[in-house]
Amino acid sequence: MSIHVREISKSFGAFRALDRVSLEVPEGTLLALLGPSGSGKTTLLRIIAGLEFADEGTIEEDGADITARHARDREVGFVFQHYALFRHMSVFENIAFGLRVRKAPNAEVVAKVEELLRLVRLEGLGGRKPAQLSGGQRQRVALARALAIRPKILLLDEPFGALDAKVRVELRQWLRRLHDEIGMTSVFVTHDQEEAFELADTVVVMNHGKIEQQGSPDDVFDHPATPFVMDFLGNVNVYHGRVENGRAFWHGIPIDYPDYPHAQAREARVYLRPHELELSAPAAVANRLGTSLAASILRVVRSGPITRVTCRPHGSEQELQVDVPTEVAHRLQIILEPGTHVAITPRKARVFVPDPEYVI
Amino acid sequence: MPLPKPTMIALADSTAFATTRAQPAVARGPRRRHAAVLPGFGTSAAITSLVVLSLIVFPLAVLVLRAASLGPAGFLAAAWTPRARAAYSVSLTASLLAAAASSLLGLLVAWVLARVPFPGRRILDALVDVPLALPTAVAGLVYSALYVKKGWLGQWLVPLGIQGAYSYLGIVLVLVFVSLPFAIRVVQPVIESLDRDAEEAARMLGASRAQTFLRVVLPAILPAVATGFALALARALGEYGSVVFISGNMPFKSEIAPVLIVARLEEFAYAEATTVAVLLLAMSITLLVVVNTLQQRLARNAQ
Repeated sequence: MSIHVREISKSFGAFRALDRVSLEVPEGTLLALLGPSGSGKTTLLRIIAGLEFADEGTIEEDGADITARHARDREVGFVFQHYALFRHMSVFENIAFGLRVRKAPNAEVVAKVEELLRLVRLEGLGGRKPAQLSGGQRQRVALARALAIRPKILLLDEPFGALDAKVRVELRQWLRRLHDEIGMTSVFVTHDQEEAFELADTVVVMNHGKIEQQGSPDDVFDHPATPFVMDFLGNVNVYHGRVENGRAFWHGIPIDYPDYPHAQAREARVYLRPHELELSAPAAVANRLGTSLAASILRVVRSGPITRVTCRPHGSEQELQVDVPTEVAHRLQIILEPGTHVAITPRKARVFVPDPEYVI
Repeated sequence: MPLPKPTMIALADSTAFATTRAQPAVARGPRRRHAAVLPGFGTSAAITSLVVLSLIVFPLAVLVLRAASLGPAGFLAAAWTPRARAAYSVSLTASLLAAAASSLLGLLVAWVLARVPFPGRRILDALVDVPLALPTAVAGLVYSALYVKKGWLGQWLVPLGIQGAYSYLGIVLVLVFVSLPFAIRVVQPVIESLDRDAEEAARMLGASRAQTFLRVVLPAILPAVATGFALALARALGEYGSVVFISGNMPFKSEIAPVLIVARLEEFAYAEATTVAVLLLAMSITLLVVVNTLQQRLARNAQ
């Protein structure tokens, strides 16, 4: 079932949680609402679920207006961040709950619950109480419980937020496979960009109650539409420079920016991701003057497969983060330690002009 | 009087217990559990034993010893008179009724105080504790003044056949008054700490409000309601001050066991007073044990 959110606004007192948000979720999509806390992503999810009602705007399921419809009648499965399992009920009864309140015959309930226990790989644990399960198992029970009522849409609020790192990765790979199997339209909320990018077909980045950007993970990562998206998608080096004649300047190194062909210089911000900077020995780039930057190493931190190098360009007070794959770092002809002189070459940079439309 | 002796023995016993047990418990490897939050198991155990023994067990032991000195036949003759049997019956049934009413009303009030925001809620919340602080005799006097034929409420209720004052109903009314705070205060924090997500989850799964309450909320708060019932019951069983003013204390009709005890004391019938007290105590303990067992079973179930 497809979802169509049109011009939804929602305020809590003076706080505007959602500001005329529109969103389309095509049938069968796995969509991630990504954003910092307070960005409105959970509110949007709860409004789609019917747990919260919008002040303005409408929601459609397959073209039918469901804005005023009660959560009970929306055929939506909802998975809560902290599982929200019924503690006094066994795993079996938790999953059966939606069928029991619909007065389904017992034989049907048993068959359906057994099927779901197999699906979430918890066979034989039906008799346990939620307190006797691990976090990952509880979340799978919550998922099975939501699926028991055969929803048309599955909504998940930070589904892996309360789990430890290893379980989180396993569970999201499993959820992706599950989605590919059952193909249900699903929306999940997360503040973890890695989770959004690994799991979703479509990533929607939200901030301050608005959608900043929407697109495929590759699209959003490679072509961030706004400085916020660029910033939010991980560590980034920001340089406040200027742009003129179709070129921006980063520490004096020109970067093409054809969107601004005007001669009059304007302020611009240049964003470079740490892994998009290349480190080399100064001698190796001596003949490529104007494309690389002389700097000295301040700190080196090895973090697993990545070595994070903090440099300071000569003649500048700014610090630059450069991520070098540790494997590559071993092959480099330079000694990675504080004080070493290096050359930094940007392989990719993004330029944002505060308001490109506005030209003096 | 050999009174101080048992306490001394109790004290010596508990400290000896402390010194012999405390050290190995810490030193032994595999049987060691958690580091104690309160320092010194020995000290804590000694204080606990001293408090329980000197404040609760010792006075009750004196009471039982006094009654036991009558011998079985004498005990029964004094404690099982028709008037005493009627008093036990009034005490137990009125207390059970009052505890049940308090639990039900307490659940409602606790729910409203915990969940429904309205102006003046803080004031209402503070008023809940008033029955604990007010001399219960005052409550008894005010209730009887309200429910007599010419009282504010009695002028309407008495013509309808509802006798609030000097009746069995009056006893239940004041017992509800004195026991209600316990029923509210035990349930209220549990409602406040309920997982609201679970209620939303039930809604998302298609449960109606009634289904959500009966299947999700009630099982979670039932252990607390049972604890509240036990406390309310205990409070009602021991109540004297308010009942003596409202019940009229008619033997065989509206006389409760504590009032009978005082009546016997005033007649210098110490033996009967003591035996009635012991029997009332035994019944109360039995009742409380039953309720507590039930409560524990509910709590285990809700885990």
